[in-house]
Amino acid sequence: MTAPTTEAEDAPAASWASVRGGAGDRIFSGAALLAGLSILAALAGVFIFLAIKGVTGFTKPAEVYGPHAESFVGYVVPLLVGTFTASIIALIIAVPLAFGIALVISHYAPRWIAAPVAYVIDLLAAVPSVVYGLWGAFYLAKKLVPMHQWLHDHLGPIPVIGHLFGEPSPAGRTLLTAGIVLAIMILPIITAITREVFSRTPRLHEEAALALGATRWEMVRMTVFPYARSGMVSAVMLGLGRALGETMAVTMVLSVGFDLSWNVLATSSPTSIAANIALKYKERSADLLNVLVATGLVLFLLTFLVNFLARWIVGRSERRMAR
Amino acid sequence: MAKSIDVSDVNIYYGDFLAVQGVNMTVRAGAVTAFIGPSGCGKSTFLRSLNRMHEVIPGARVEGKIVVDGQDLYEPGVDPVAVRRQVGMVFQRPNPFPTMSIYDNVLAGLKLNAGKLKKNAADEVVEKSLRGANLWNEVKDRLNKPGMGLSGGQQQRLCIARAIAVEPQILLMDEPCSALDPISTSAIEDLIHELKNDYTIVIVTHNMQQAARVSDDTGFFNLKATGEPGHLVEFNPTKKMFANPDDPATEAYISGRFG
Repeated sequence: MTAPTTEAEDAPAASWASVRGGAGDRIFSGAALLAGLSILAALAGVFIFLAIKGVTGFTKPAEVYGPHAESFVGYVVPLLVGTFTASIIALIIAVPLAFGIALVISHYAPRWIAAPVAYVIDLLAAVPSVVYGLWGAFYLAKKLVPMHQWLHDHLGPIPVIGHLFGEPSPAGRTLLTAGIVLAIMILPIITAITREVFSRTPRLHEEAALALGATRWEMVRMTVFPYARSGMVSAVMLGLGRALGETMAVTMVLSVGFDLSWNVLATSSPTSIAANIALKYKERSADLLNVLVATGLVLFLLTFLVNFLARWIVGRSERRMAR
Repeated sequence: MAKSIDVSDVNIYYGDFLAVQGVNMTVRAGAVTAFIGPSGCGKSTFLRSLNRMHEVIPGARVEGKIVVDGQDLYEPGVDPVAVRRQVGMVFQRPNPFPTMSIYDNVLAGLKLNAGKLKKNAADEVVEKSLRGANLWNEVKDRLNKPGMGLSGGQQQRLCIARAIAVEPQILLMDEPCSALDPISTSAIEDLIHELKNDYTIVIVTHNMQQAARVSDDTGFFNLKATGEPGHLVEFNPTKKMFANPDDPATEAYISGRFG
């Protein structure tokens, strides 16, 4: 007990009352509470701003959304598809790679290799996104043209998923390229977080598995992954958040089109919401600005939804074990 | 299935640091062998070298021969994973897998070896192992609950059930009762008496009464001096060890007079 909770009728004798830390504890808990609340306040503020500024953007006259769309839905859906396609490509590439790197650093590599590798990966996060954009647009895109062709040749004929690999772009400035650039950008954050949670696996659990005759990989599957699962989801969510919101790299890499298309190799594709805002911001009319904010609101809500969904899925299996 | 262990000239290192020096002993099959000695004398380190768990620590290594069933465990080409499947281990603190149910905890080791088991075969192993660990009656109605929900003593018996489910030849126990209350301790000691019919058991303990109660043979480890490596001072039948030890240092330790 740190301090008497109420002004009791007979207060405890002086020597039993809290001697030190009373004020300090209260200040600290107050500061912590304030920090926590300020995040909620900031989120609420963002939401309120977006809602007030954006609400009129949902119902503008058709010409505001033109020339490629007539309504807000027609305007935002291609952008959403572009946003999520690029982000999902980025996650598909970055997540296995990041988990693998994190595992090597935390459990496989000798320390003299692990430390420098971890450092270099962290450095990737320090490169400004404009640099990734330049590199992706002017170097990587051309280099990836043969890969586009190969994907089209080999995966294009397959039913259903073949739609994703339609006629390839000769320039390579496609959603796929944008996704790959995004993958490199989100790699460090996913790696850093998963590395940290992997290395926190209790030694006791690891030894339990090893003593049963588990190989190192079996030990990782039995103890490290279950222990780290929640952290792994957090890492992926942070990576996804960064990919969804990334502006410069996508703006620079992707050659923008407006037609809704599932072809990730297409010559032009709908851009992402964030990139679209960056592109249109300068030529804004007051009406278009409202529309742009409305698209931002949609992205905000969808990111929230994805995050809650992922948390709920993880929480469900943990709640089951906690019973 | 119980097997003896022949240890000759074993030195154990952490990097360049020699932790245990020159151990020779024969652990009898189907008997309980206890290791006693002050903290830091290398008895746990030595125990962990018997199933090649010592080398899990970076830089740790073992020299010398440890022969089980005619096979030197440290011969090149021997897979430590295979060794650990033959030589099971129970740790100081109960460590059931936190995300697994009681049922899955018991089967954890077996699934590694045999892959998928048929449902009724798996049920049989779970019941047999839990009965073997004297835990069946307490948990039979909640096999699908998490292993972490059990009490400390029950968790430790679950860990024993998990170890014996793979039917090892030898069972190592590293201070298995030091985190338990006296009632749980007594339950584990009873269990050790029953288990020695089927397994060779090696137990490290800080509790001299426990060594006297459960073991047939006792090894006393000590440091020659501070900073020197640990070594095996005396290895004798427990009765002799506690009544009439060969070495004065053993007598001093057992009777509570050190150095």
